[in-house]
Amino acid sequence: MTARALINVPKKAKRGDVIEIKTLISHVMETGFRTGTNGRMIPRDIITSFECTYNGETIFETQFFPAIAANPFVTFYTLATESGTLAFRWIGDNGFEVTQEAKIAVE
Amino acid sequence: MSLMKITRREVMAGGLAALGASALPMPAAALGQMDTAIRNAFGEATIRRGRVMLELPPLVENGNTVPMTVAVDSPMTRDNYVKAIHVFNDKNPQPNVVSVQLGPRAGKAAIATRIRLAGTQKLMAIAEMSDGTYWADTQEVIVTLAACLEDLQP
Repeated sequence: MTARALINVPKKAKRGDVIEIKTLISHVMETGFRTGTNGRMIPRDIITSFECTYNGETIFETQFFPAIAANPFVTFYTLATESGTLAFRWIGDNGFEVTQEAKIAVE
Repeated sequence: MSLMKITRREVMAGGLAALGASALPMPAAALGQMDTAIRNAFGEATIRRGRVMLELPPLVENGNTVPMTVAVDSPMTRDNYVKAIHVFNDKNPQPNVVSVQLGPRAGKAAIATRIRLAGTQKLMAIAEMSDGTYWADTQEVIVTLAACLEDLQP
């Protein structure tokens, strides 16, 4: 399954600034509580966790439940400590896994 | 809660017994799914009101996508920060909405996301602080079109 992820991280920041990170990923987030056309339950297919690391150190982690809307969108904050890479990873049902990276320059 | 228990025991031991065995033990069903889930997650920990701001629109037309923000009042320093934020609901098929782990590096304890709501209900956000205390905020949301219930038509 292909998924498109959009990430919004400021390209540049001052050391010590609080930066806002916005992430959006395309995913149906099927709850597992709906009935399909054949009268059977549609099996659950959701993203179960999302993690963000900043130069290898985990700064943000979340667990999703079926109550998260389709195409999960998450905004969170972090301190700009040093230049480097922010890595994002989504893990879900049926072997779903998407990783993406963003660079930040801190001065 | 413990106050209630003591009262009930006192009552049971006291005059009520004389009225006959009509006083059955109070079932846990008095608690909604949200309270039960919170009890299971945090045990008997004291959860205080305040420091948390749970923001949701008071009236929602479509429960399939409801913007939600949770912000916690915390200095976010090395010794005083928000460890985790958990959001629970009362009427969805599952009581959990989202769990988030933060650290002092977050700088600001706030998150925003979009959630599903299967009907008019109450939500609660609980913040777990680094000093072991719990703080919470609740919000009522009226939903006109519920999520999860619309099945696919043949």
